[in-house]
Amino acid sequence: MNDDIAIKVEGVYKDFVLPHERAGSVKGIFTSMFRQATSKKEIQHALKHISFEIKKGEFFGIVGRNGSGKSTLLKILAGIYQPTKGKVYTKGKLVPFIELGVGFNPELTGRDNVYLNGAILGFSEKEIDSMYKEIVDFAELERFMDQKLKNYSSGMQVRLAFSMAVRANAEILLIDEVLAVGDADFQRKCFNYFKQLKNDKTTVVFVTHDMSAVREYCDRALLIEDSKVVNISTPDKIAQDYVKMFMDEPVLQEVSKKNDDRWGDGSIILESIKTKVNDEFIELDVVIKGNKDFSMPILGFRICSFAGDEITGTNTKKEKIILPNIKKGATVHLKCKIPNILSDGNYRIDTALQYPDEITVADWWDNAATISIRKDRHLPYSIDPGFIISII
Amino acid sequence: MGYVWSLLRPLLIFLILYIVFTKFLKVGAAVPHYPVYLLLGILLWNYFVDVTSGSVNAIVGKGDLLRKINFPKYVIILSIAITALINLALTSIVIVVFMIIGHVGITSQILWLVPLILELILASLAVAFFLSAAFVRYRDVSYIWEVVVQAAFYATPILYPLSQIPTVAAKIIILNPMAQIIQDSRNVLVTHQTETIGSLYGGDKFIWLIPIGFTAFAAFIAAAYFRRRSKFFAEES
Repeated sequence: MNDDIAIKVEGVYKDFVLPHERAGSVKGIFTSMFRQATSKKEIQHALKHISFEIKKGEFFGIVGRNGSGKSTLLKILAGIYQPTKGKVYTKGKLVPFIELGVGFNPELTGRDNVYLNGAILGFSEKEIDSMYKEIVDFAELERFMDQKLKNYSSGMQVRLAFSMAVRANAEILLIDEVLAVGDADFQRKCFNYFKQLKNDKTTVVFVTHDMSAVREYCDRALLIEDSKVVNISTPDKIAQDYVKMFMDEPVLQEVSKKNDDRWGDGSIILESIKTKVNDEFIELDVVIKGNKDFSMPILGFRICSFAGDEITGTNTKKEKIILPNIKKGATVHLKCKIPNILSDGNYRIDTALQYPDEITVADWWDNAATISIRKDRHLPYSIDPGFIISII
Repeated sequence: MGYVWSLLRPLLIFLILYIVFTKFLKVGAAVPHYPVYLLLGILLWNYFVDVTSGSVNAIVGKGDLLRKINFPKYVIILSIAITALINLALTSIVIVVFMIIGHVGITSQILWLVPLILELILASLAVAFFLSAAFVRYRDVSYIWEVVVQAAFYATPILYPLSQIPTVAAKIIILNPMAQIIQDSRNVLVTHQTETIGSLYGGDKFIWLIPIGFTAFAAFIAAAYFRRRSKFFAEES
């Protein structure tokens, strides 16, 4: 292994045997002897042929969707899971932070917890002695160290745990999304400290969903999808790929017949609604079906955030579109294109079919479809129309 | 509070057994210094039970920690054995008190207790390693062990002196390492009238190799099993 390599992963596979396939008890061993042997094992492939190298002093990001295998990969790097096949080489003292404050005991004082947590992370008492002051200073908790941990506010507990994470004298740090919690100021403080660590040739491996953090801090990143490495490249490229992964995927939703949020006299119904989202447009594809002869129906819809805020909506009357009369059993197909100015997040669509009076409801359907918008930035507002700002 | 109870619990159990076995069943009448004899047996047995029963679900109980950090898994079991050893040391103060009250003489033979306690620790760890690793996969091991411990309590000469059962049976019972440890400890500490593996087999020195060899073998197998399984504790516990 080259001298400037901190972690080397070679053809790592990880399979999990699904537990229901195994005899979970001694009793099960006996009873399964009398049952016909079902030798079919159900195996879940969490990682397939993962290979990469991380250089010393690198800030390396691992990104991927939920269930893509990134946390499993981190646990293998930490030595918590053993790879089914392949090898992992690490050089230097490795400290994992799968969770903050592992082993914290609420009955002990802050001081004791620093020593306990330190011991669990693999530091000797002497080593902790030398780091202790820095840890406490960083957490800004000098006055509380003799207080029992259970009397700390949750913010203070998190701060103490953070300080353990960043002040621990490790050569390789593995961090699993833990920094997503805690207040923004402290987060920034931690990240800035990580940047500083680079000078000491400390390697940081960082698992996240947060593309802005990847762009800002990582030197290189790895995109993992469906248990396989998709790409290892610069943070910008990886962040783009990650966002694209969501964009390329049209969210198709067929109507489910049974739905509680649906009411109306049913003389005309929404047969199906399909949504498609890309960078520029949100497309709705709607089919209306008449259960009776029906003249001049009005179709309306609105887009709501998952929190329930109504963002926008319209109907065919307001848009001055007159839908044709629909005969019993006939269908009408409509398409609607909306500029994609929604902010990153998930939204639901409510639809309504009404009589020409705009009051009597034929088919009202809350939550008829959901759409998820993926943008490479997140604004804390519903609308992200794009801003053009220039200095004059 | 915890220390008081760890001292009081075996004492109370001892008191019950002492009353039952001297006043009603009159089993202990023939044994000199029966109170100390009984108490010593109970304390040694308690150590074994504390370590083994405490270890069965120890790995699974620490599953939360195991999934977050990699550390040598055997320390979990070792910590239980050490805690139990501290308890044993504390409760043996009571034995000393009883020995003084009962005028039990102390000889240099007491030094034999050191290897005997070591054998006890080894035997307890062997069982503990095996059970804790097996429990990760087979969750009914804890129920099975509860029953086995209960049976083993009566199969081990803790309450009754071996002289009161047929020699053939006694010769088999004494091959159990726990029986050998308890009887040898009583022999060196309480009374030479104790039936030990040596006396039952007519002073054959090599007979000790059976229980000791068995303990060592079991410890080796259990350690190997634990070591092999420990790679999967994080995902299975």
